[in-house]
Amino acid sequence: MNRATRDPFGETLARLGKTDERIVVLDADLSESTRSAKFAEACPERFFEMGIQEANMISTAAGLASTGKIAFCCSFSCFITSRFDQIKVSVAYNNARVTIVGTHAGCGVGPDGYTQMALEDVAMLRTLPNLAVLQPADDLETTQIVEYLIGQHDGPAFLRLTRQKVPRVHHENYRFAYGRADRLREGSDLAIIGTGATVHAALAAASRLGDEGISASVTNIHTISPLDQDAIGQLAAETGKLMTVEDHSVIGGLGGAVCEALAATHPAMCHRVGLREFGESGSPEELFAKHHLDAEGVYREAKSFLERLG
Amino acid sequence: MGSDKATDRERLVAQLEAKAPRYRVDILEMLCEAESGHPGGSLSAIDLVSAIYHYKLRHRPDDPLWADRDRFIMSKGHGVPAQYAVMSDLGYFERDKLWTLRKLGSPLQGHPCTHWLAGIDASTGSLGQGLSVAQGVGIGLRLSRSKAHVYCLMGDGETQEGQVWEAAMSMAKYRVDNVTVILDYNKAQIDGLTRDVMDIEPLADKWRAFGWHVQTIDGHDYRQILAALDQAAAVQGQPSYIIAHTIKGKGVSFMEQNPVSWHGVSPNREDTDRAIAEIRKRAGIDAKEAVR
Repeated sequence: MNRATRDPFGETLARLGKTDERIVVLDADLSESTRSAKFAEACPERFFEMGIQEANMISTAAGLASTGKIAFCCSFSCFITSRFDQIKVSVAYNNARVTIVGTHAGCGVGPDGYTQMALEDVAMLRTLPNLAVLQPADDLETTQIVEYLIGQHDGPAFLRLTRQKVPRVHHENYRFAYGRADRLREGSDLAIIGTGATVHAALAAASRLGDEGISASVTNIHTISPLDQDAIGQLAAETGKLMTVEDHSVIGGLGGAVCEALAATHPAMCHRVGLREFGESGSPEELFAKHHLDAEGVYREAKSFLERLG
Repeated sequence: MGSDKATDRERLVAQLEAKAPRYRVDILEMLCEAESGHPGGSLSAIDLVSAIYHYKLRHRPDDPLWADRDRFIMSKGHGVPAQYAVMSDLGYFERDKLWTLRKLGSPLQGHPCTHWLAGIDASTGSLGQGLSVAQGVGIGLRLSRSKAHVYCLMGDGETQEGQVWEAAMSMAKYRVDNVTVILDYNKAQIDGLTRDVMDIEPLADKWRAFGWHVQTIDGHDYRQILAALDQAAAVQGQPSYIIAHTIKGKGVSFMEQNPVSWHGVSPNREDTDRAIAEIRKRAGIDAKEAVR
């Protein structure tokens, strides 16, 4: 099952919106692309087309939340998260029940090029102490995260979604647990940690490493903030060698968060795979290959990391 | 009936006029004690804030999160000492708390914050966001079929922010008629006079062109303020904007004469005593009587 995570997002929102009048959705002229149009179709009276006004949209959502609504603000992640001040002051500092939904995350957006790519969004939003940073790895996880945000999460959140299709990595009986690392494969030589669109590649690379007698575990981090520090410490204790893989800058995102956790809990070597430069145009597959985010790239990064450590 | 209403109105105006010098003294004492803060824009806003709270706001100081309350959003967050002075008088918190303004652990944060002080309806301080928040509150109340009204106090310098004009556009689109914006037009900001820093005129024309109902008043004349608030509340199908011409540092002549310098500098003890003496003298308040 290959699906872009924005698809189950829109479907779940529309399904829950029909019976939960607290849900309101805002979009900034990208509702077809973010899939919030599904909600607009189901609940037109609670959908707000804000035009190309991301700052106004975010602060407005905070106001809606203060009257008991559960608000979702949608746009490409690059455009919505760059209004950091509005997310910081209007949403987070008001502890507003607003989810910032950033679709088309990372270089996976492809041919549109760098200005449409959010490569810094996790790094920025992770600094807000009460804002959850969530990135699902597949359709199953996306659906459950949206259900969690509406049913249980009482505060601000950032939901990072893909434009491109990603393969399913979970079994049908998978249960999402907020704030808990999701161990997908056991291993004792190396711990690979992925998030979002890179989890599938991490699994494929670990399988190939296994064929060569290298035992690599794979962990999916859907909740980047607050990070499951205990799980990271546990991985360090098991292997002493960690490698993060994300479609994001190597600075401040999953890799940064894991290194912070290691420094605080269980010092270990950590190699960060991600973007080290501006993005550019190309197909998502070409860009994932270039930045070593596909199965081949993750495999090669793991090999060279292990060789470097000896 | 009509004359009773007129008598009530006059009685309220007299009450507000009696409270005004006391609020001004509280603002100056707060800022002197804090050794930082924004006197000019607090003194220009106080008559507007007082009129909104005492005349219009349906609220419960002992139940500050009452779901059906009217909301007050201080979009020009640096003017919050004016709001604190009125809230304290209304019983939201003990008067002694005023002297903790801006100090470590105080619920009276330098800029208003919802989770530090119950009764603050929006955390603000990064200018230009309050109007969008007010829009969201207005739409949310409408969806919940509440009759509550939202008052948003804005600054003139703040009007330079692009986000304000985004909200101006979208609030007309969504016909947010349960929000009244009051502009504290005190003509000065940190770097100079507003007309020199970045002129916002012709202001009434701009808001009308965006589809708003616009009134212009003297923001220190209670009769005009009350009448404008009534008219704004009666407007249907469009958002309402009141341009209140005010004087930065109003009530303290050395601040009025030098409004830019007194934007973000707190008065020292000597300045404060001089300012308070002037306010009391003008209001005919005996210094002994004023001691509380």
